[in-house]
Amino acid sequence: MMQNTFMTYLGAFIVGGIICAIGQILIDKTKLTSARILVLFVTTGAVLGGLGIYEKIVQIGGAGATVPLTGFGYNLVKGTMKEINQHGLLGAFTGGVKAAAAGITAAVFFGYLASVAFTPKAKR
Amino acid sequence: MYNIMTKKEYEKYAEKIAPKSNIVRNTARAFVVGGLICVVGQIITNFLKSKGYDMDDTSNLTALIMILIGIIFTGLNVYDELGRFAGAGSIVPITGFANSIVSPAMEFKSEGFIMGVGAKMFVIAGPVLVYGISASVVIGIIYYLLNF
Repeated sequence: MMQNTFMTYLGAFIVGGIICAIGQILIDKTKLTSARILVLFVTTGAVLGGLGIYEKIVQIGGAGATVPLTGFGYNLVKGTMKEINQHGLLGAFTGGVKAAAAGITAAVFFGYLASVAFTPKAKR
Repeated sequence: MYNIMTKKEYEKYAEKIAPKSNIVRNTARAFVVGGLICVVGQIITNFLKSKGYDMDDTSNLTALIMILIGIIFTGLNVYDELGRFAGAGSIVPITGFANSIVSPAMEFKSEGFIMGVGAKMFVIAGPVLVYGISASVVIGIIYYLLNF
C-alpha cells in the first residue's frame, strides 16, 4: 500500500513535470506568450481526450495529468462524451461545462474575492 | 567589428549570442516546479480518496482546492515570484490558470470593479474557456456522429 502511494506521487511528478517542461520549451523556442500556451494546452488536452489518448496518460500520471491545463481540456471532453452517451447530441452543449463546473466556478468566485481583498505588490 | 549593423543584423547577432543553456535551465526548473505542484494535487487526491469520496467528487474537489491554493498564493504576491523562477512550471498547472485570473484583476482594480476587476479576470482565462469549450463541442459532435 505504501509502495502504491509512493508510485502515485512519482507518476504525478514525472508526468506533470514533463507536461510543464514541454510548455517551457515552447515558450523558449517559439516565444509564445503564456496565454497562447494555455490555449494550446487546453485544446491539445481536449483533442487527446477525444482520441482516448489522454485517458492513458491519466492512468500513469494521475494528478500529474489532471492538474496541468491539458487535464482541463481532457475533463471538458470527457464530460461531453459522457453526457452525449446519456442525452444524445444535446450533451455536446451540456457535458463539458458541467464536468468543469467546480473549477470554473471556484476560479471565478474565489478569484473575484481575492482580487478585491488583496493588493498587488509594487512592481520592481 | 559589430559597430555598424542594421536592425535585422542586430537581431540575428543577439539571437546568436543569447545563452542557449538558459533553455536547459528553464526547462529543468519548469519540470521540477510543475512536477511538485502536481504532487500536491496527488496528495490532495489521495487524501480525498482515503476519506471515501467517489471519483467525480475527488476530481472536482481537487480542482477546487488547487485553484484556491493558486489564488491565495497570487493574492499574497508569492505566485508571481514563483513564476519568475519556474516559468511554464507555474503557468501550465491549474494553479497558474487561477493566477492568470487574479493577477491582472488585482492590478487593474483602480479601473473599477466592473471593467477593472470583472473584465480583467478573463484576459487569459477568457481565451482558455473559449477554445477549451469550443473544442469540446466540436469533438463532442464528431463523437456523436461516429457513434450514434
